[in-house]
Amino acid sequence: MTTTTARGAVPARKAPRGAEGTASRGWRRNHGDLKVALFFIAPAMIGFIAFFLVPTLRGIYLSFTEYSILGDPEWIGAKNYEAIAKDPLFWNALAVTCQYVLINIALQTALALGLALLMQRVAKSTLIRGTLLLPYLMANVIAALLWFWLLDYQIGIVNYLIEGLGLPRVAFFGSEQWAIPTQALINTWRHMGYTALLIFAGLQAIPNHVYEVANLDGASPTQTFWKITMPLLRPVLVLVLIVTVIGSFQVFDTVAVTTQGGPVNASRVLQFYIYQRAFTESDFGYGSALAVILFVILALVAFIQMKFLRGNESDLD
Amino acid sequence: MKKTIGVAAAAAAIALTLSACGGGGASTSTEAKGEINYWLWDANQLPAYKQCADDFTKANPDITVKITQRGWDDYWSTLTNGFVAGTAPDVFTNHLAKYPEYAKKKQLLALNDAVEKDNIDLSQYNEGLADLWVDEDGKRYGLPKDWDTIALFYNKKMAADAGITEEQMKNLTWNPQDGGSYEKAIAHLTVDQNGKRGDEAGFDKNNVAVYGLGLENSGSGQGQTQWSFLSATTGWTHSDKNPWGKKFNYDDPKFQDTIKWWARLAEKGYMPKLETTVGASVADNFAAGKAAINSNGSWMIGQYTGYKGVEVGIAPTPVGPNGKRASMFNGLADSIWAGTKNPAAATKWVEYLGSAACQDVVAGKAVVFPAIKSSAEKATEAFKGKGIDVSPFAQHVKDETTVLVPITDNAAKVEGIMEPAMDAVVSGKQPASSLTQANEQVNGLFK
Repeated sequence: MTTTTARGAVPARKAPRGAEGTASRGWRRNHGDLKVALFFIAPAMIGFIAFFLVPTLRGIYLSFTEYSILGDPEWIGAKNYEAIAKDPLFWNALAVTCQYVLINIALQTALALGLALLMQRVAKSTLIRGTLLLPYLMANVIAALLWFWLLDYQIGIVNYLIEGLGLPRVAFFGSEQWAIPTQALINTWRHMGYTALLIFAGLQAIPNHVYEVANLDGASPTQTFWKITMPLLRPVLVLVLIVTVIGSFQVFDTVAVTTQGGPVNASRVLQFYIYQRAFTESDFGYGSALAVILFVILALVAFIQMKFLRGNESDLD
Repeated sequence: MKKTIGVAAAAAAIALTLSACGGGGASTSTEAKGEINYWLWDANQLPAYKQCADDFTKANPDITVKITQRGWDDYWSTLTNGFVAGTAPDVFTNHLAKYPEYAKKKQLLALNDAVEKDNIDLSQYNEGLADLWVDEDGKRYGLPKDWDTIALFYNKKMAADAGITEEQMKNLTWNPQDGGSYEKAIAHLTVDQNGKRGDEAGFDKNNVAVYGLGLENSGSGQGQTQWSFLSATTGWTHSDKNPWGKKFNYDDPKFQDTIKWWARLAEKGYMPKLETTVGASVADNFAAGKAAINSNGSWMIGQYTGYKGVEVGIAPTPVGPNGKRASMFNGLADSIWAGTKNPAAATKWVEYLGSAACQDVVAGKAVVFPAIKSSAEKATEAFKGKGIDVSPFAQHVKDETTVLVPITDNAAKVEGIMEPAMDAVVSGKQPASSLTQANEQVNGLFK
């Protein structure tokens, strides 16, 4: 990421030098194109400031207050954070969210990688490749509702089939053991096509001659996969992992339209708990503090992934 | 550049003064005219209130009412956002569980002066309904519009097949030890896949075709339709006083015994397991023939009697250890938002909604019981006209066996604690005694 931005900036800097030649060259070289640059950056910048930076800063401020939306925030220092450390529901939410992320990411990445390989080697028709993306085009809420009905205990077709096989019905959303795995599977189903597409793009960037050489050296398909494909795919995989892990941590809509945190606390994921505290119980200070903690966790996860998987370097150069 | 700024500033200043004039004029207006925004959540009642609005405008040509209906789930968050953004409706349908917080945050207009000035007769409403909307400081925040109670909906054909007469259904008794004739009826109405009834030898509780009693959910901290009609007959109350209780009683053995008995029905196979209730609604399962009895509220009459091919009977809730029946009594009211630009017209509209003129119109549509006694009787007649005997609901009011819905501060937080705690008990994961700890948490909210 960083390398491409730096590269992209070079020609932009060159352009006005020729156009506006002479006086105070040094200053102009640095600032002459500032206005033009700002003009192009402005749309993204305004969006970033209005919808990301300001809300983030305000959220951090609110996390140190007691605030019920009606009335003014009241500064209470780190009390929210102290309460969170002692809140069993927070620790439960963290554990539940991690369980969800683990199941979701492990399955999703493995399946997507398999699909991407199939797309590259076998399924070359655009129709089939396009079909893989279909679940992703469906709105999250619709996908969740669709499966909510398909997997219903009493009237769902899946349980009807399970019973037909002579097995006992499964309370996919109602039982504590199944609630999170079920929702992780639903979102795996929805996202794997899109993830596969990203990985597929990465696969196509690997030059063919590398494979030819491997072939000449007599490498088996398994060896080629582990020694050539995986290492060269690493930067793309890291990017995909960072994006999907962050997305996975933010699971909310599936929970909100199906189990709403239950049974008991089995699916009370962090995002849903934040929503519950802030919007249901009007405790926006506490909710903001929870959101800040989630923010820190995600920043750490992204940092660790970048650092240890060397996502910003490619072995191709 | 400077010049333009000057001009802009001047223009802004003029605009400001102008808008200030306009704003001042509107907010100090004591004249009752203009447009009133009114919100409600129940789509079934929309036609009735549209009729009321038309009649109201006919009588007060200077005032028009714009009605907006929103589903329950969006209603409250949109309303709260409206309070903050200044776009909330002038008048809206309010709920007992919600209004204490709004009153505390000064979002509601007190109606004390209006009631006094316009001589509103508070005794025309069913007993207790008007007082529900008075806070601890004596301020009145709503005029009652309707009420609801609980009864048993049952499948007439299933009862007949089981040999249970209508007379027996209407005279059930209950106690927390052996469940009385209520449990006997539930057991007898339960049928397994092999056709064996719940009280017969060889009943397979793991393969039940029809449950004697349907299960909606654990009822959280209120149990309005699930268990409050039982627990109240043991003399138990949710909190030390109501409204405005400060100490809850979920640690009381009377309550825990009731819940223990109820949760055990699922263990015995007479009621579905909690984990199977996520999904299709309890009423839909009833219509699909999966349960014989459902305890539910009077606002569901339309839905239960509307299913095709299912003949539905309505029986009163069972008589408990105190020798009486019981039902939670909930009421809605119309409130005025404190930020309204037009308090005079809003007050007029609220008074009209609270009057017999409008409540008779609502009664005629046979969807809910209006708050005014004479209108409620008209609603009972209207239901009868549709072939539905709703006396089991009305009986609670006549016999004064109603218990008020708990009205309290921190209502949302109490639910936040009690919902998972009750789920754990009803699903058999925790003993009923675990509710003592939840009770400590709840009471901690009021310290």
